[in-house]
Amino acid sequence: MRMLYTWICIFTTVSTAAAGDVFVALAMRRIGDLGDLRRQHGFLAVVMRVLSSGVLFAGVFFMALAFFSNLVGLSWADLSLIGPASAALTFVANALGAKFFLRENVDRRRWFATIFVCCGVLLLTWS
Amino acid sequence: MTLRKYLVILSIVFFGSVGDAFLARGMKYVGSVDVRHANNLLVALGNPFVIVGIFFLLAFMWSYMTALSFADLSYVLPATALGYVNMILLSIFWLHEHVSPQRWVGVAFIVTGVGVVAGGPSRTEHSSSKISEPEPVEHV
Repeated sequence: MRMLYTWICIFTTVSTAAAGDVFVALAMRRIGDLGDLRRQHGFLAVVMRVLSSGVLFAGVFFMALAFFSNLVGLSWADLSLIGPASAALTFVANALGAKFFLRENVDRRRWFATIFVCCGVLLLTWS
Repeated sequence: MTLRKYLVILSIVFFGSVGDAFLARGMKYVGSVDVRHANNLLVALGNPFVIVGIFFLLAFMWSYMTALSFADLSYVLPATALGYVNMILLSIFWLHEHVSPQRWVGVAFIVTGVGVVAGGPSRTEHSSSKISEPEPVEHV
């Protein structure tokens, strides 16, 4: 039963972390290139534009959920399971979110990169 | 991709990994935080290493948002995975931790993944470009 709770936590962490990244990416795409905005309208206008984005705050909210879900998971299972599983699966979930929600062109090159980074993170963190 | 944009990607790597290393160093002094020792969380917020770490992570978040304003999520995430490599280097030279051969293989995988994605285009061109065009901003 404890293992089931642990995997529910990992699933929650991965899905909320991916949702957070997707929302932040969507918000920043809508806001536009911050460098161009700063050159045209000044730094304060950039800050105002970022802080007035509801989608961005939705992303931050999901990121906070992922953080607390991760903490709960760590109270039930070892970091050596929670850390690698969450980190590696989040890369894959983000690639899926980017493809299906953000309509990004996740081509073979990006899938290869995602899988390589996933394997690397697993090797780094799984002791 | 211009030099400025590559620098933004590198700043994500730098601020994220250095911020984590500062937090790790600070939390080693503070000790474990749990329900019985919840006040350790307040003690942690007064630790200079933790404070510097939080500032670095704020800079990380700003760089991350800047990168997502000109590049795809599926480009930024693998490209910034070099932060894991940077963390390994910091753990060796600053925290004096042992790094096993298995971890060096992991580093090689990440570097390969970053090399693969960095050679491709950073942004998907959408047919309806309205979503990527910034709306006019009033002068403040």
